[in-house]
Amino acid sequence: MAEVSFKGVKKSYGRVDVVKGVDIHINDGEFVVFIGPSGCGKSTLLRMIAGLEDITEGTLEIGGRVVNELQPKERGVAMVFQSYAIFPHMTVRENMAFGLTIAGASKPEKEQKVAEAARILQMEHLLDRRPSQLSGGQRQRVAIGRAITRKPAVFLFDEPLSNLDAALRMDMRMEIGRLRRQLGATMIYVTHDQVEAMTLADRIVVLKDGEVMQIGAPMELYHEPANRFVAGFLGAPSMNFLIVDILDLDGEAATVGNQSLEPIRVATRSRPFRKGGKAILGIRPQYLREAPSGKGMLHGTVALAERLGSETVVDLMLRDDRELIAAFDEDKIFEPGDALELIFDTALAHLFPEDG
Amino acid sequence: MASKLTLSNRTGWTFALPGFALIVIFVVLPFFFAIGLSLTNQRLLSPNPTQFVGVENYRQLLGLAVVTLEPERDDAGEVVRNEAGEIQYPRLRKITRSNDYPQYRGMREWFRWQSGENVTVVIASDVVFMKALVNTFLFVLVVAPVQAGLALVLSLLINQKLRGINVFRTIYFMPVVVSIVVVSLLWRFIYDGQNGLLNSILHGLTFGLFQPVDWLGNPSTALPAIMAMSIWQAVGFHMVIWLAGLQTISPTLYEAAAIEGASKWQTFRYVTWPGLRNTAVLVLIVITMQGFALFAQIDVMTNGGPRDSTQTLVFQAVERGYGKQDISGGSTISVILFVIVLTISLIQRWLTRER
Repeated sequence: MAEVSFKGVKKSYGRVDVVKGVDIHINDGEFVVFIGPSGCGKSTLLRMIAGLEDITEGTLEIGGRVVNELQPKERGVAMVFQSYAIFPHMTVRENMAFGLTIAGASKPEKEQKVAEAARILQMEHLLDRRPSQLSGGQRQRVAIGRAITRKPAVFLFDEPLSNLDAALRMDMRMEIGRLRRQLGATMIYVTHDQVEAMTLADRIVVLKDGEVMQIGAPMELYHEPANRFVAGFLGAPSMNFLIVDILDLDGEAATVGNQSLEPIRVATRSRPFRKGGKAILGIRPQYLREAPSGKGMLHGTVALAERLGSETVVDLMLRDDRELIAAFDEDKIFEPGDALELIFDTALAHLFPEDG
Repeated sequence: MASKLTLSNRTGWTFALPGFALIVIFVVLPFFFAIGLSLTNQRLLSPNPTQFVGVENYRQLLGLAVVTLEPERDDAGEVVRNEAGEIQYPRLRKITRSNDYPQYRGMREWFRWQSGENVTVVIASDVVFMKALVNTFLFVLVVAPVQAGLALVLSLLINQKLRGINVFRTIYFMPVVVSIVVVSLLWRFIYDGQNGLLNSILHGLTFGLFQPVDWLGNPSTALPAIMAMSIWQAVGFHMVIWLAGLQTISPTLYEAAAIEGASKWQTFRYVTWPGLRNTAVLVLIVITMQGFALFAQIDVMTNGGPRDSTQTLVFQAVERGYGKQDISGGSTISVILFVIVLTISLIQRWLTRER
């Protein structure tokens, strides 16, 4: 068991800065997910913990020990890769015992630990197969098994479910959640899939261009995004952003509106705004509701409607020719061209400065 | 089998025809010609009509027998010794030319060994062929593992991200591009017995203690010298094949091994080597086949000498077919070589099969 701590960590390839000064503290036994778009540096951070990437600047501590200069094997970490990285010429049993074989463990010890890992992962019947005889999900299970047998202090997952199909991904997601409760080890998980992040994490680290955008519990990030990027990144369909004029400003709230939006009061959450200036109003598609004619705050026409059964996603064209997505939690028929008025709870809206 | 491929693909077949024709004329026909000719007494130029002789050529080449000679004894039954005290044996030709032993007729001694008072002599109907056979096998047995191993080591060395690594790759590959005939000529100078480069270097390194050796003129060094040169010449080619194999191994496997704590040797043993299995089969089969086809080096450097110590099967096949105008003899050797190479390739495939 161990804490992991990034202190001012930077990574550069030549002149390109991939990670630009990151401070993250991960507690012992915590499940932390790094999420962000491609190229945000999330995998690089994970590989730094594993020791597969050098650290250009700053320090990385695992269990209170600075590991910048330590070899991967000296760090007490195990890693599960997106491509599984299990050895094709070894049986499942040999693959799972690999770390123990390398360490020169005795045969009974290997047998016992592999059996235990196989029991946890419910794959006792697969032990004598070769990877080529396994499905994708089973292969990933072998990779996880290999990580478990060594009882590492820190588990690293690098997009472990990205190569699996949707149904299997859900199964494995639940399995990883269960595993986490069983093992209680520190786990760091990289993904670009927000569902994985929201469901698995104790805390999520949102990254963009090598910088931490926000760190917090999933619901904290969802309900109180620190900035427009986090707000737009989490949630599907993603949050609507409207450019609005600041009509009035007092201590805690601003009155905003535009051509399509009736003036409303929205909390500023201590962000700096200027009366007469512009701001970005963020509102999640799920918080929009249909209003009777003449009573709506937002006015637009239906451009496209997608019926998903459990919900209906409507693409609206607003009066100022900007698009807006509304998601209604019922199956409803909308015709393109229909005028539509919407209302929402202003407490659920977010106001961001124009530059972020 | 009437299919779209055979019926309505006239243009395709027209395009393929020249290639097919060339392959048939220069590969398929000669192959069957060789088998056919090996069963006759065909000569390159001969006024006599060709006759079918069955397996006589094969019998002539492969004829082997073992005879035991007992010591000559005097009237008292005592073993006769010469002045130096060596036991005297009857001359071999008393047997091979005797009418009592028609099966040994025309055979000559290949080698002999002492067992007790008696001496056992292996006689062959074609001693030169037997020497060629042994030399060829020896050549393959030494060159295949050494060349493959050396090439693997080189490929591991050049499979690194280092500044200027392409310079090394080029240098190691260079001998492959040069014609083997040119290489052989150059190495004749290197191996020269008087002031060859090799002798000069060894002389210099040992501060004059090393006595010059006529590398190609000495029966005990000629074949090893040719082996060394052949290994050096083609090692770059196999290095490139190994390198191709190395680069198909997924880098994440190495990363996984590193995280699991594998040392360099363990990484090689558990990741690299198993990943090179198919490449190993290819490299070994190619080297084996090239080894059995050893000809140019012999032709340029030693002509099979000294004292037949560098005779090889292909050299003998050419020597007989064209030098002695004995086309049927040359064909027979070719067919035997084909059978040997085929057998060995099949065995290698079986040994290195997926299990």
